[in-house]
Amino acid sequence: MTKYAIRRVAGLVPTMLLLLVLVVVMINLIPGDIIDLILEEKYSKDDEARQVLEHELGLDRALPVRYVEYAAGVFRGDFGQSLWTKQSVGSMILGRAGVTIEIGVIAILIGATIGIAIGTISAVRQDSTLDYALRSAAILGISVPSFAIATAIIVFPAIWWGVAPSLRYVSFSEDAIGHIKIIIAPSLVLGLGLAATLMRLTRTTMLDVLRQDYIRTAHAKGIREAKVIVGHALKNALIPVITLLGLQIAFLIGGSVITESVFAIPGVGRLLLSAIANRDYPVVQGVVVIVGFFVMATNLAVDLSYAWLDPRIRYG
Amino acid sequence: MASEQIQRQRTSVPPQATSVVARSWSQARTFARRKPLGAFGAIVLTVLVAMAALADVIVPYDPFAHDASAELAGPSLSHLAGTDQFGRDIFSRIILGARTSLSVGVAVTVIAIIPAIALGLASAYFGGWADYLLQRLVDTIQSVPYLIMLIAIMVVLGPSLTNVILALSFRRAIVESRVMRGATMGLLNQTYVESARAVGATDWRVMVRHIVPNIMPTVIVIASIGFGGVILAEASLSFLGYGVPPPTPSWGGMLAADGRAYMYAAPWMLVAPTVALALIVFGVNMFGDALRDVLDPRLRGSR
Repeated sequence: MTKYAIRRVAGLVPTMLLLLVLVVVMINLIPGDIIDLILEEKYSKDDEARQVLEHELGLDRALPVRYVEYAAGVFRGDFGQSLWTKQSVGSMILGRAGVTIEIGVIAILIGATIGIAIGTISAVRQDSTLDYALRSAAILGISVPSFAIATAIIVFPAIWWGVAPSLRYVSFSEDAIGHIKIIIAPSLVLGLGLAATLMRLTRTTMLDVLRQDYIRTAHAKGIREAKVIVGHALKNALIPVITLLGLQIAFLIGGSVITESVFAIPGVGRLLLSAIANRDYPVVQGVVVIVGFFVMATNLAVDLSYAWLDPRIRYG
Repeated sequence: MASEQIQRQRTSVPPQATSVVARSWSQARTFARRKPLGAFGAIVLTVLVAMAALADVIVPYDPFAHDASAELAGPSLSHLAGTDQFGRDIFSRIILGARTSLSVGVAVTVIAIIPAIALGLASAYFGGWADYLLQRLVDTIQSVPYLIMLIAIMVVLGPSLTNVILALSFRRAIVESRVMRGATMGLLNQTYVESARAVGATDWRVMVRHIVPNIMPTVIVIASIGFGGVILAEASLSFLGYGVPPPTPSWGGMLAADGRAYMYAAPWMLVAPTVALALIVFGVNMFGDALRDVLDPRLRGSR
């Protein structure tokens, strides 16, 4: 297990370095003179402003030099500073990460509870009308895009009952109830999408597990049906489901770009969108790197827990 | 070839007795009986493809024509799905939007498949350092959430239909190559691959003649499952304003922020694109699921 863990952690290093390469090269790939593009929108095109910007973006240095500088900065926790606000990119992202993580965690709780429960029911009642209804609902849940659901949540209650979810964000310390009211809609949108995916996998793995010999043995021993399903079957069926849940972290962060933009939540997703609109490239780079590292770390955690839960994985 | 003779002896009916048309028709009927939801998905897809192909002929109005006298008109017999803030007929824009959605879906699926097979196959077949590095690159790209990566690529490339297709194809090719690599690994220690090598077949021949045909079911399944995701990704990008640029109708773009201001007064602007998107992705997913059940040997007969 230790050997496997060490190998997996070591495997993270080249992946992280490659991500930094992509992020640094990205600036060079933008077609046209990006200094001109930025200056056009912001300042008059004097030479001094141009030189300052060139230096800040590192364009006055060779690509390898810039890479080493950037990587060294990231290693020290320094992601550069915003072109416009001059704030440190690291603290900008940290300041926004709270809401995004909060919504993500609530979405996972909602998604896992609903998805696993419905998936189990669907598997136990395989091929019944209920099973068909639940499966169709899940596929429908995957099919309706999150931005359409989010927009509908905002528009239709306003038309029918004259209530619109507040789009003015308040932090938890300012107004706890108001904060929860704002958080709940985006969490639901992300959570229901997650529930649909998890439901389908839970159903498949449950169907597989329910056919195993040890389930028949458990039944034969006269154990109550509910206990067989929850205690024997579900426990074993959940391993791949938990893996999928871990892998969905990336999906949740991607989805937060949409929900945060629709519900006006000042999280990382919205930070990214506004940074792109303002051509604030250091912020864009910082978000991509931090989100990428975060996803890599959760994937690693999932793999390790998987190996720990299921000894068959621990080859090596 | 000897194997062909054996095949011919095995089949009880000589191949020329049933025509190709009759055979595929009966296969389709079997498919529909065993997978009713999959057949429903196939029908939805067929209708949408026909709509996209015949868009120019069947649109009741010019999808780009502004009509100041019919701004934000509700659904009626003359405008089935109502009109938008410029008086453009939403139903006509939905029909033309099917073309955007499907052409992105088809183009990306087709363009991504060749590099995906090439990368995955070569990586698994040759192994070693090249495989290790290539897989770390795949890890890297997969670690960035797809929407964030797509927006970043679109910012680099600039907005256009072609660039949406390029950005999505890049992402799909990388993701699919991982699956192709897995499928190839599973085949490498099969006896027929070993014997082909033992007989002295070149690497190229082993890959093209022995491995590619056998990963084809995986290719089809992965492509059909990915298709829905590609359509949703295009819609999401257009929704955020980084996808297909206006005035080209895109279902995602029709729900975008600038239109949302009018949606309180004109909720039908929201209904039609949502229904269209849900219907196409629902159809694709249902069809893809059924296709996977039929083509994936591990799942065959397990239900």
